[in-house]
Amino acid sequence: MKFKGIGISAMAAAVPSRIIENLKYTEFFPQDQVNEVVEKVGVYERRFADVKTCSSDLCFAAAQKLFLDNVINREEIDLLVFISQTPDYRMPATSITLQHRLGLPNSCIAFDINLGCSAFIYGMAVVYSMMQNQGLRKALILDGETRSKVYGSRDRRSAFIFGDGGAAALVERSEKFGETIISLNSDGSRADLIMIKAGGYRHMSTPETLTEKVVDEFGNMRSDEQGYMRGGDVFNFVIREIPRDLKKTLAESGKAVEDLDYIIFHQANNFINSHIAKKMKLDTDKIPQTIEKFGNTSSVSVPLTIVSELKGKLNGQKTLMLNAFGVGMTWASAVAPFVDTKISDIVEVSEGQPVDEQLRRDYTPIEREIEESKNKQKKDE
Amino acid sequence: MEKFIDLLKEALEREDEIKMEDNFREYDEWSSIAYLSIIAFIDDEYDTQIEEADFRKLKTVQDLYDACTKK
Repeated sequence: MKFKGIGISAMAAAVPSRIIENLKYTEFFPQDQVNEVVEKVGVYERRFADVKTCSSDLCFAAAQKLFLDNVINREEIDLLVFISQTPDYRMPATSITLQHRLGLPNSCIAFDINLGCSAFIYGMAVVYSMMQNQGLRKALILDGETRSKVYGSRDRRSAFIFGDGGAAALVERSEKFGETIISLNSDGSRADLIMIKAGGYRHMSTPETLTEKVVDEFGNMRSDEQGYMRGGDVFNFVIREIPRDLKKTLAESGKAVEDLDYIIFHQANNFINSHIAKKMKLDTDKIPQTIEKFGNTSSVSVPLTIVSELKGKLNGQKTLMLNAFGVGMTWASAVAPFVDTKISDIVEVSEGQPVDEQLRRDYTPIEREIEESKNKQKKDE
Repeated sequence: MEKFIDLLKEALEREDEIKMEDNFREYDEWSSIAYLSIIAFIDDEYDTQIEEADFRKLKTVQDLYDACTKK
């Protein structure tokens, strides 16, 4: 896909304030095993959302920060796309609740994209496509995940990798943005490489699906409602497909590796990323990393890495290559111009609210029925 | 063959001798993490990938070597 005159003009991100120190994450595994895993995957710290914090809360905080730091009229946001596989409810779509909570107009188009790790680049493609329509003024991509709530802590293969976060990106039309090239790919024959088997409508929730069981020769445990990864085949898949897609996308953009200012990889784990960088002989100085402090935040890892590592570095014309892969399997690459993109400081969220009080906003709670029955109860007492 | 043994030793972080007839899953150093390192060197050195289902059928070091070198 090819776009011109559309780009991301500002970005912000939010993480839960609760820090998990991986080397001390020893409740279920002995210290020497923990050290070995942590060193291999390169995740030393992660952020875990508390029970009151959802993906929407992280995105709300990031969006509020974006509104605070930039001159944006909320009335001009004509499109809001929320990306997540850990939404607040099965229905309604979280994007709609965010339209309300952020005080965006009812004329704002809002919908969710459920895809997984490569979804930010998919979100860009969807939003850029819609923004080619002159009727839309500005768009918001909100991308949030709470993967800590998806994976169990007794499966060594996933227990040390995932963290939570949210990001917000403002998309605008402007002549300053040159060409963006995006490549999107899917392979449903590998749907079982990364999966949460139960809890949907094929294998509905039962007490059985919630029970943790031993699942392999290494004694790892999980339930059918927790995510699993066949790490070996994911890795095989990535080393086969990703270099090919990066080369293809770069060739289509007419640029050489030397023309790229930064390459942002999905922060899957350090082992995979180092292997790809080595295999493709990429300059690691151009590849910012956040895996050591935020872990794998799924679809959020690409925008979170940009916000965390490129603040103040996107002045003037910069060319970024983005790449992500994951559950599906799906994989995506982009070569995109970032022109004077304003990056905000990362903000923190606790108990479902931004820690910084200026970022909070009064609104009618979404679960009104519950609030009303609570109030009624109080009155009755 | 010697190079293969060296790479396997490195991937497993094993200091003891490795023999072609050994069942590598019985090594103390065998783990899901070592498995990832093996995939990495197979890709680097032999430019090939072994799907997990096929990998599970491999028992000895010889099996693994054959899987890497057959094209």
